[in-house]
Amino acid sequence: MNKVISKEYFSANVVKFEIEAPLIAKAHRAGHFVIVRIGTKGERVPLTIAESSVEKGTITLVVQQVGVSSTKLCALNEGDYITDLVGPLGQATHIENFGTVVCACGGVGTAPMLPIVKALRESGNRVLTVLAARTGDLIIMEEQMRKLSDELIIMTDDGSYGNRGLVTNGVEMIIQREKVDRCVTIGPAVMMKFVSLLTKKYSIPTIASLNTIMVDGTGMCGACRVTVGGKTKFVCVDGPEFDAHLVDFDEMMMRLAGYRDIEQSDMHKHENKCNAGTR
Amino acid sequence: MKAKERAEIRRVHMPEANPEIRSRNTEEVNLGLTAEMAVTEACRCLDCARPGCIEGCPVEVDIPSFIKNIERGEFLEAAKVLKETSALPAVCGRVCPQEKQCEAKCIHVKMKKEAVAIGYLERFAADCERESGQVSVPETAPANGIKIAVVGSGPAGLSFSGDMAKAGYSVTVFEALHEIGGVLKYGIPVFRLPNEIVDVEIDSLRSMGVKFVNNCIVGKTVSIDDLKEDGFRGIFVGSGAGLPRFMNIRGENLVGVMSSNEYLTRVNLMDASNPESDTPVLTGKKVAVIGGGNTAMDSVRTARRLGAERAMIVYRRSEEEMPARLEEVKHAKEEGIEFMTLRNPVEYSGNEHGRVSHMLLQVMELGEPDASGRRSPVEVPGETELIEVDEVIVSVGVSPNPLIPSSVKGLNVSKWGTVIVNDETMQSDIPMIFAGGDIVRGGATVILAMGDGRRAAKAMDKWLREQKFSTSNL
Ligand SMILES: Cc1cc2nc3c(=O)[nH]c(=O)nc-3n(C[C@H](O)[C@H](O)[C@H](O)COP(=O)(O)OP(=O)(O)OC[C@H]3O[C@@H](n4cnc5c(N)ncnc54)[C@H](O)[C@@H]3O)c2cc1C
Ligand code: FES
Repeated sequence: MNKVISKEYFSANVVKFEIEAPLIAKAHRAGHFVIVRIGTKGERVPLTIAESSVEKGTITLVVQQVGVSSTKLCALNEGDYITDLVGPLGQATHIENFGTVVCACGGVGTAPMLPIVKALRESGNRVLTVLAARTGDLIIMEEQMRKLSDELIIMTDDGSYGNRGLVTNGVEMIIQREKVDRCVTIGPAVMMKFVSLLTKKYSIPTIASLNTIMVDGTGMCGACRVTVGGKTKFVCVDGPEFDAHLVDFDEMMMRLAGYRDIEQSDMHKHENKCNAGTR
Repeated sequence: MKAKERAEIRRVHMPEANPEIRSRNTEEVNLGLTAEMAVTEACRCLDCARPGCIEGCPVEVDIPSFIKNIERGEFLEAAKVLKETSALPAVCGRVCPQEKQCEAKCIHVKMKKEAVAIGYLERFAADCERESGQVSVPETAPANGIKIAVVGSGPAGLSFSGDMAKAGYSVTVFEALHEIGGVLKYGIPVFRLPNEIVDVEIDSLRSMGVKFVNNCIVGKTVSIDDLKEDGFRGIFVGSGAGLPRFMNIRGENLVGVMSSNEYLTRVNLMDASNPESDTPVLTGKKVAVIGGGNTAMDSVRTARRLGAERAMIVYRRSEEEMPARLEEVKHAKEEGIEFMTLRNPVEYSGNEHGRVSHMLLQVMELGEPDASGRRSPVEVPGETELIEVDEVIVSVGVSPNPLIPSSVKGLNVSKWGTVIVNDETMQSDIPMIFAGGDIVRGGATVILAMGDGRRAAKAMDKWLREQKFSTSNL
């Protein structure tokens, strides 16, 4: 079992955890993820490793509270133990000096982008990060991203903070301004789809990190499968990063929606239980 | 009792749960023999001078000896005999394809009679011991301090560990999942193999000093080199055939189409059908399972239990060629499973939400025998059927888990991705690495995996003794 060493709130529902996991810390590269399970009835959920420290023997996870499992995880405190933690999983991000790289992220994609921005910058890239959300209140990790990027552009749908517009508007703004050698995008599937369509227009090689449904995370079940370039791939072992221009995002969104109804009713149950507990 | 009298006793029938009721719950289907039934059945064994049954058993259980113990009413003694050769008797008694192994070689079969129910008796003895609370822990040799690592906690890894622990080695098993047991836990459903039974056998290994480390993937969390550095002198790879195959036909990525591994893992490992569990599972009213093996039978019977009104097996050959155990096919039929044989799916279509709604089946017929000796299915031109479904479970086989083969430099791997080892010693081209079970054979059986584990243990012990690190030098 792995102990929670520290807990810090980035915002009301975004929590940064430092977790004791010396072996995973040692093997970790940017782009890797772990599978976490909370409680004996918990499900196995993938979370990207945001940072690791070999000296401290810890890994850092940034968790955004969205469903049953992330809510349970966010309820843990310093000194608590994570029931199950396994990793590092997936293929590491391919990092080299590409030149200028645009990192476009939003929503749940912000936390997993952090280590990639860091690694790209460390290998000499000029990193321009576009951080998007529906409204200003939902922008997370702004400070961390600003520190790590050469430039940070914030986009909100309603213009309540940063620039008004979608993530794609921010990316296009950069593309029109200067030469972009590569783009990395992480976020909701629909967002990645449109970023990908945009960069395809400009022939900019683009990597998307896919957040499909997973069960085991070790290639054993195929729940995470996607079609890339006409071939079925398993995100947990072949990915999570793929050439965005080859990913069938429509199919991915359809598959993600498959469990949404059940998940929502589960969340409902969980909330009811929690409420019952506090009453 | 005279041989003639023994031969006249009819083979016992396994008491079974009522199919109407059991197809709605997760209770075990086979209820087990009573002591009286077991003793009578044991009398049928003629205690042959050259017992064929032992040859038919991949781990060479001393079958006549345990059966005669049952006949004498020495049930615990019978269990002890089983444990001398098999690390998991209560498991084997439930899931082995006895009709193709020990029972196929029984003298009764040669006399055109039904074989002694060796599997039922094995289960009886193992269950008796467990229920008696007097589980015997096999004797272990004095600890020699030599560290041995095992990759994977399926039957191959467990049987290897048991034998090495008996020989005095310090054994650590690394398992990628959060549960110990491999397919026994995540694949085979509880109505066929209750989890408690697997746990008792694992506890028995624990009391022999075997250490288990879950959530640890060798090749990811730790490397083989890390293990060497940590002082492990021998490594046994029993990482199984975890990778599901798909057919690559149109519509296979629709919502509601999944591998049997996904379906069974959700239900068995993650307990998804329990409302308390956070893991969801899609359920269907009209469920088709593609395939004819044990995995297919387990999936279709699980679907029935989760409320499928129509639960169908779609298999491209005829029933005769089905690789599933006979008993599973019989049980499935009793539970109202439809068998659509000589049918092969060619395409799935979905509704506006992307949920599968129909499957198009190609009608097949049997042609010439293929390499496996089974008559190969060929398409009947132009004959197709469109069937309504809302869930499809693809159970057309698995490939070896690529993690170890891809992460260990110099390991010799076949074109199918299986680890190549010496047939007798199970030693790979890297001398300290031995392997067995599905990672060597592709999809096989529990008992073959266990047999591999045993042979590897024997050979590794011998190899280690021959090394300069031999026991005497420590
Ligand atoms: C649904 C189903 C029903 C079956 N029914 C029967 C039956 O009735 N009778 C029968 O005889 N056989 C049956 N089989 C086949 C039988 O279960 C297998 O042949 C047997 O389990 C193989 O054992 P194994 O030890 O080689 O591998 P497994 O049981 O597959 O165990 C391998 C283990 O290794 C772990 N692992 C893999 N890679 C790593 C790594 N790198 N590091 C750490 N851990 C790792 C896996 O997570 C897994 O737990 C069935 C199989 C299935 C799927
Ligand atoms: S999550 Fe099971 S194969 Fe990827």
